[in-house]
Amino acid sequence: MGAPLNTGFQMSTPVFKVDRDPDRCIQCGVCINQCANEVHHMDNDGWMWIEDEKCVACQRCAVLCPTRAISITDFPVIYRENSHWGSASIREIYRQAESGGVLLTGMGNPRPYKSYFDHLLLNASQVTNPSIDPLREPMELTTYLGNKGSLITETEKPFLKLKVPIMFSAMSFGSVSLNVQKSLSAAARDMGTFWNTGEGGLHPDLKEFGSCAVVQVASGRFGVHPGYLENSAAIEIKIGQGAKPGIGGHLPGEKVSEEVSLTRMIPAWSDAISPAPHHDIYSIEDLDQLIETLKVATGYRKPVAVKVAAVHNIGAIASGIVRAGADIVAIDGFRGSTGAAPMRIRDNVGIPIEIALAQVDSRLRDEGIRQQASLVAAGGIRSSADVVKAIALGADAVYIASAALVALGCHMCQMCFTGKCNWGLATTNPGLSKRLNPELGIQRAKNLLAAWGHEIQEMMGGMGINAIDSLRGNRLMLRGIGLNPQELDLLGIKSVGD
Amino acid sequence: MKVISVPEYCLGCGLCEIYCAAQHDGYDGNVLKAYKRGQPTPRSGLIKFSQISWLNTCMNCDDAPCLNACISGAVKRDEDGIIYIDENRCVQCYTCVMVCPYGHAQPSSKSGRIIKCDLCRDSEGIPACVSHCPNAALKLVQGGAEQ
Repeated sequence: MGAPLNTGFQMSTPVFKVDRDPDRCIQCGVCINQCANEVHHMDNDGWMWIEDEKCVACQRCAVLCPTRAISITDFPVIYRENSHWGSASIREIYRQAESGGVLLTGMGNPRPYKSYFDHLLLNASQVTNPSIDPLREPMELTTYLGNKGSLITETEKPFLKLKVPIMFSAMSFGSVSLNVQKSLSAAARDMGTFWNTGEGGLHPDLKEFGSCAVVQVASGRFGVHPGYLENSAAIEIKIGQGAKPGIGGHLPGEKVSEEVSLTRMIPAWSDAISPAPHHDIYSIEDLDQLIETLKVATGYRKPVAVKVAAVHNIGAIASGIVRAGADIVAIDGFRGSTGAAPMRIRDNVGIPIEIALAQVDSRLRDEGIRQQASLVAAGGIRSSADVVKAIALGADAVYIASAALVALGCHMCQMCFTGKCNWGLATTNPGLSKRLNPELGIQRAKNLLAAWGHEIQEMMGGMGINAIDSLRGNRLMLRGIGLNPQELDLLGIKSVGD
Repeated sequence: MKVISVPEYCLGCGLCEIYCAAQHDGYDGNVLKAYKRGQPTPRSGLIKFSQISWLNTCMNCDDAPCLNACISGAVKRDEDGIIYIDENRCVQCYTCVMVCPYGHAQPSSKSGRIIKCDLCRDSEGIPACVSHCPNAALKLVQGGAEQ
């Protein structure tokens, strides 16, 4: 059994170095009162001190410093690195040798794997067909998610109507603060799209935002009750998450405050660990039963989505999910973020969303069942260009979470699991969570969606496309650059110049 | 007009005090100069109590006790309704300090004369504390407090 060492001595040097320019520092103390990691302090003699080893480079002090006296840099590396053993690998071993524990981390996979979005280029119209000016001509972004096979059946199927093809991805209350959910839910409602409760239930304060919420049913079943299912726009069964395929959600006890415990219906301050599988789903047939159960429970009035992580053989998995009756299939790529995940899982499991998406779209088309479900791409969408590329690869819409958090102030320090988020996002500490004023958060999130919407229209106009429907799965609008023939084949696109 | 705090979203960072000090006494909003070269004196003070904090500032009362009580006519109201101090007239009797229901008016540690929030009336735009609050926890609203 591993056991933490009973010593204060640490083998590793700090990761970051915090510098305070004495010519600029006015000793106002903003850095001291803003750092939840207690990097800065002033002693009784009025000396300002910095503890580099506590710094996570969240930039809170640097951003709020009124005289820009603080800068944060990488601590000058003294590790004897080589091309195989980088400083991160060495440091992680020191940490494990001291703690005996699994390394936890937050946010998405940061490793330098190939990002396929950056190897895709978009088309634009020249001479042979006209481009369209979105400022002068109508440009349709409205997207419907659901089973579109219902056009040829007698009963009408439920669907979601999105005014922009972007939804806020699942972030539970507990993993993020209530103010984050307040910001995203109101922004989603105002912009005609949807937010996702995550697997933490719906806080009573957010009841009015149920009509624009995708409510999640995950393996822990936290916060799931008839009222929760009823007060929703759609229900999402979470099988897997891109940041940690194969394991369940993990909310550290530090973040399970009284409010979180009431919403999740679990004891306060206890770890909320979702089982790896749903214990009632061990096959596609079992998934079929749960989908049907949820549809019956809500009178067939809500679309049911199934969210899976992008893994090997995702094409067959998605085919099974559609055949099990899912109206929406959400696929979360390996860049997808998390509030807490074992680092080895986050960094080594799963496949890129771009390839998964192309494979699933092709597979469902080949099998003639693409119209039975909408595809939502998630995991690492950074800009409107990524959205356009994902839609051209076959998605109906995308989920964004990291991008939404960045809009609210996240600085990607990857320490969400500590509950000490200095930006008041990934925390349930009341003193920290009040750092996000929803009034500002709502506007920031709305601005992001509005800006991306404009950019998507611009890119579509350039391609000569005036409705997002015409872009979906339109891989002729994409060309690959710097990709080998097999990658081009898997993505179903041509090379540049072809 | 008056500045009100929203304690629910006040971080207690103190940037309001810092920019308040830099906006007055001729520093023209230059924080570095105010704090490195001068004796910065914030007009409004941040109050911290346990996890709650808020900026204690002038409520520009409709029937202002300080205005009524000033024995030398140093407390004045301008055409915009902003109560300000005419420093040359202040005789340091501190009657205003005693009658202010919000404990806002205070003697300057530098001159001994009274200083108080004047909503940055000498500069353009909204008050410095409001424009520099990182979390919109200060708001400039119309109307004064009723007494």
